[in-house]
Amino acid sequence: MEEKIEFCRGGGCTAKLGPGVLERVLSRLPKGKKDENLLIGFDSHDDAAVYKISEDTAIVQTLDFFPPMVEDPYTFGKIAAANALSDIYAMGGEVRTALNIVCFPEKMDLNVLGEIMRGGQEKVNEAGGTLAGGHSIADDSVKYGLSVTGTVHPDHILPNDGCEEGDILILTKPLGVGIIATANRVGEVSKEAMKQAEESMMTLNKYAAEIARNYEVHGCTDITGFGFLGHLHEMMHGEYSCRIFASSVPYIEEAYGCAEEFLLTAAGQRNRNYVEAYVDFGGISFPMEEILLDPQTSGGLLISVAASEADALLEELSSLSLPCAMVGEVIQKQEKEILVQQ
Amino acid sequence: MIQVNAMGDTCPIPVIKTKQAIKSMTGADTVEVLVDNEIAVQNLTKMAKQKQYECRAEKISDDEYHVYITVGENEQAAAPQESIAAQEEVSCIPDGRKKNKVVVLRSGKMGEGSDELGTALMKNFIYALTELDELPGTILLYNGGAALSCEGSDSLEDLKLLEAQGVEIMTCGACLNYYGLTEKLAVGSVTNMYSIVETMAAADSIICP
Repeated sequence: MEEKIEFCRGGGCTAKLGPGVLERVLSRLPKGKKDENLLIGFDSHDDAAVYKISEDTAIVQTLDFFPPMVEDPYTFGKIAAANALSDIYAMGGEVRTALNIVCFPEKMDLNVLGEIMRGGQEKVNEAGGTLAGGHSIADDSVKYGLSVTGTVHPDHILPNDGCEEGDILILTKPLGVGIIATANRVGEVSKEAMKQAEESMMTLNKYAAEIARNYEVHGCTDITGFGFLGHLHEMMHGEYSCRIFASSVPYIEEAYGCAEEFLLTAAGQRNRNYVEAYVDFGGISFPMEEILLDPQTSGGLLISVAASEADALLEELSSLSLPCAMVGEVIQKQEKEILVQQ
Repeated sequence: MIQVNAMGDTCPIPVIKTKQAIKSMTGADTVEVLVDNEIAVQNLTKMAKQKQYECRAEKISDDEYHVYITVGENEQAAAPQESIAAQEEVSCIPDGRKKNKVVVLRSGKMGEGSDELGTALMKNFIYALTELDELPGTILLYNGGAALSCEGSDSLEDLKLLEAQGVEIMTCGACLNYYGLTEKLAVGSVTNMYSIVETMAAADSIICP
C-alpha cells in the first residue's frame, strides 16, 4: 500500500527543467568538433539527434524518462514509453531498438517495477521495435523511460523548424493532460477526464506519423513539457509567425474548469515566463491561455503541412482515435511571433 | 489576517490552500501565504489578478516568500456559492470549525538551533496544545515527527489526552516504516500521503511549530 502512495508525486513532463534554465546552460557549453554527418543536434532545439551513416540511412537517437504522473504502474510504463518513442516519430523516423532507463527504490515492491516495464515493453512491441536492454539504478524515487534508436532516410527527415509561409498547422492530440493529471492528484477531476488523459498519453504518435508521411509535411514536432506555445515557438524559430485559432484547438474538456480553478503546475507558469514575450493572446480567456501553456506528457504531433494538402491530411488523421484539428497557419514574420485569436 | 503555510508545497497546493483560506473568511480579510519559490508566488499572483484581489509579495530570502492577498467585503460576497454552503454546514455543527485546524509536527524538535532545546520545546508545545480552548481537528506527524506518537516518546500521554478529546492523530506510515517504528506506534492511526495532502488542503489553518 505504501509504495503505491509514494509512487506518484507529480511527474511526467511537468518534472522537466524549465526551458529558460536549460537554454542558459546549453548556450555556455564548449562547442565540440563539428561532424558533418550529424544532421540534427543540439543547435536546432529538435526532438532527437539525427546522424547520417550512409546515403540512404540516418539513425535517430533520443531518450526520455520521468517520474510517474499516474497511480497505476502499468499505465505509467505505457505512457513513459509512448512519450520516449514519440521523438522518433516527430523526426519522421521508424523505431528500431529501445533500452530501458530505470530508477527504482530498493525497498519498494518489485512487482511495481515489473508492471512499469511490462507497460513499456508492450509499447515498444506496438511500435515495431525491439527492447534490447537497459540500465537501472537504485534511487529514492521512481523514474522510468527509454533510450530509443530509430532510422530515417536522410531526405525524409522532418525537422521541427522546417515550416513554410502559408502552411497549415495540425495538432493530433488534445491538450490539457498536464492540468488533468495535476487536478487528479488533488482529487478535483472526474474519472472519465483522467481516463481520457491516460488514453491520450498512452497512444503512440506512430499512427499519425505514418499518415503524415504521405503528405507534403514541412515541419513536425511533438508537444511535450514546453506546452503547445513553447513548442510552437521553437517551430517558428524566429523566422516566421503564426496565427492560432484558439476555438479550434482540441483539449480535454474538464481541463478548462480546472484551469479556471487555478489547478496549475509550476511547469505551466515556467512556460508562460518563457514564451509570453512572443505571444499576443488576442483576448482569449485565462483558462484557454493556461491550456495553451500546459506542459504535456506524451502529447500529440504538431504538423506544418502545405495548405493544399491540409484538408486531405486532416481527414485521414480524423480516422484515428483521438481528437485532432487544424489549429493555425504559418504567416510572414510579424512583430509578435504567435498571434492567438478566438 | 489568516496565515497559510505552503512552504515545501509544490504547485498547485499553495493556490489550493489559499483558496480554502479565502473561502473560510467571514468578511474582508487578508491571507498571508508563505511559499518557498518564486513560481509559486507567480501562480498565486496570477490567481489574485484573475479574481481581482489585491495582491503583493515580499521576498524574505531565496527560499522564502510571503504573498499577501486582500479580499474585500464585496469580493468575498461574490465568492463561489460553495463557500456559503460550507459556512452553513459550520453553523449546524457547533465544533465543525475546529476540524479544519491542523497541527503539523514534521520534526521531533521545535525550531532550529540546539537539539536539546528543540526537543524540550516540542514536548512543551504538545502539552500546551492540550490546554487550548479550541483544540485542533487533526495532528499530522511525519518524518522526524513520527517518533512523537511512538513508544518511548515524552509526549505520548499528552497526545493520548488529545485523542481522547476527539483530536485525530495521524502518523505517516512510510515514515514509521523508514525509521523502523511501525510496530511501536502507540497513539492514533497510520496515514498516507494522499490523506496528508487532503487534510492540509482542506485545512483552514495549519499550525507548524
